[in-house]
Amino acid sequence: MSDHATMQSIARLVPQGARVLDLGCGDGALLDLLQRERGCSGYGIEIADDNVLACVKRGVNVIQLNLDEGLSMFDDASFDVVLQIDTLQHLRNAETMLVETARVGRCGVVAFPNFAHWPNRLSIARGRMPVTRRLPYQWYDTPNIRVGTYKDFEVLATKNRLTILDAYGLQDGREVRVLPNARAGTAVFKFERG
Amino acid sequence: MIVSPQSMSFPDPLPLRSGASIRGYSLAYETYGTLDADKSNAVLICHALNASHHVAGTYAGQADSEGWWDTMIGPGKPVDTDRFFVIGVNNLGSCFGSTGPMHANPETGRIYGADFPVVTVEDWVDAQARLLDGLGIRTLAAVMGGSLGGMQALSWTLQYPERVRNAVVVASAPNLTAENIAFNEVARRAIVTDPDFHGGHFYEHGVVPKRGLRIARMIGHITYLSDDVMNEKFGRQLREGVVRYTTQDIEFQIESYLRYQGDKFSDYFDANTYLLITRALDYFDPALAHDGSLAKALAVARAKFLLVSFTTDWRFAPARSRELVKALLDNGRDVSYAEIDAPHGHDAFLLEDARYLGVVRSYFNRIAREAA
Repeated sequence: MSDHATMQSIARLVPQGARVLDLGCGDGALLDLLQRERGCSGYGIEIADDNVLACVKRGVNVIQLNLDEGLSMFDDASFDVVLQIDTLQHLRNAETMLVETARVGRCGVVAFPNFAHWPNRLSIARGRMPVTRRLPYQWYDTPNIRVGTYKDFEVLATKNRLTILDAYGLQDGREVRVLPNARAGTAVFKFERG
Repeated sequence: MIVSPQSMSFPDPLPLRSGASIRGYSLAYETYGTLDADKSNAVLICHALNASHHVAGTYAGQADSEGWWDTMIGPGKPVDTDRFFVIGVNNLGSCFGSTGPMHANPETGRIYGADFPVVTVEDWVDAQARLLDGLGIRTLAAVMGGSLGGMQALSWTLQYPERVRNAVVVASAPNLTAENIAFNEVARRAIVTDPDFHGGHFYEHGVVPKRGLRIARMIGHITYLSDDVMNEKFGRQLREGVVRYTTQDIEFQIESYLRYQGDKFSDYFDANTYLLITRALDYFDPALAHDGSLAKALAVARAKFLLVSFTTDWRFAPARSRELVKALLDNGRDVSYAEIDAPHGHDAFLLEDARYLGVVRSYFNRIAREAA
């Protein structure tokens, strides 16, 4: 999900000059953009060797950690924004990590594939798990061990007393604010501790 | 790359952390590459326990004389000597050319032996700073080291924060654990209880405490490897192919290997140097002067950091590197950390591993870019 329009949309949720922690930062493209265009500073957390290398090449601070081992290294509210872009769906302890995100950051931004996007619903209605551009894996061979919907996240956020500051869908790089649960392949939420 | 060692003498006494001072000393060093006109491309390499100033290249006419970090440093290598002016320096108290226990004390004319003052990581860094002064280098593009060398690199950023732009700390720790100190102590006891040690003045007796050195090295060697690698390399292989029912002789290949390593080491390493260096390791603890807070200790650092650890290194475990990462994060410093999943234990930092060398190469490319 590194296309420019999508990154720009998420970057707009991050205040100018913010101190950012990007959980599952991939090749560091978003952090790089935040540093160059929004004067941010921060660190990416990444587990994959090739992504760590890509970050070092870019000149983005990267720390190689397994997120499933938790965020105990980080103090409460030690970052302005904690990002979890296309990361939540890969985590075994997704709920814990969401709560941790809200603890470590003054606010959090989460983006993940919205399973309720209409092509997925259509596929399910036909009796098959969806294989799409956004969810390009077969059900038996996917790194996405959590599938959830835009609406599901609202429920989870409420359960954990998170206050949603902004929420919308993203489809083909465009923000979808009308019926995002059906009309967008990606769900985006900005939240803080309630 | 053919290189040759150099030496620099320092007439001014160097005050040491112990309160003692050392005068009339010299440091052995080597340089590789060319110092820029603005002297901005210098990289200092700090050495680990049994290494020296000879970090890269070979000596003329000696094919097998590669520097100990030759995989890392040289033309076109991760620390590229076509771009950087790399300095390898030998620590005070070493047995490889810098003033050490086998040299004469100018105060008494007697060989130092056990009277060589105790030196610390901080003292070494002070001595290295004087070497840089002598070379006319004010600021280092980077200081780099593995293990004990990593401690020196870290200490550089605390003692001379304004002189270090980047610090590369590999397979290191903010201090030794009790277990680590315990291993060092066993090694030291092996040496000092050797009948040939003579209280450290064995030079006068024309002997060397080889038995002690051998055992010290065997213990050290075990701790630098991982269980997996040892099993893979030696397993339970018998040297003679059959069990011979002897408690004294070598049965297993691993015993043969350790004895070989011990013998080799005792032929070239100085016993007093081994005691000094293991003590320097034991003492290093920058947090001590800051209520045990590593974050407070690191508050003065200004450098950008690259830290690297290896998953199977149990002597300088990844958790110890993560402590450093956390303390740097707490101070908002620029830090990157790679945890390399390598099977080789602590020794991995000296070996060729594409991921490890790739990260270091990329980091140094960035340093070169930023300097340009």
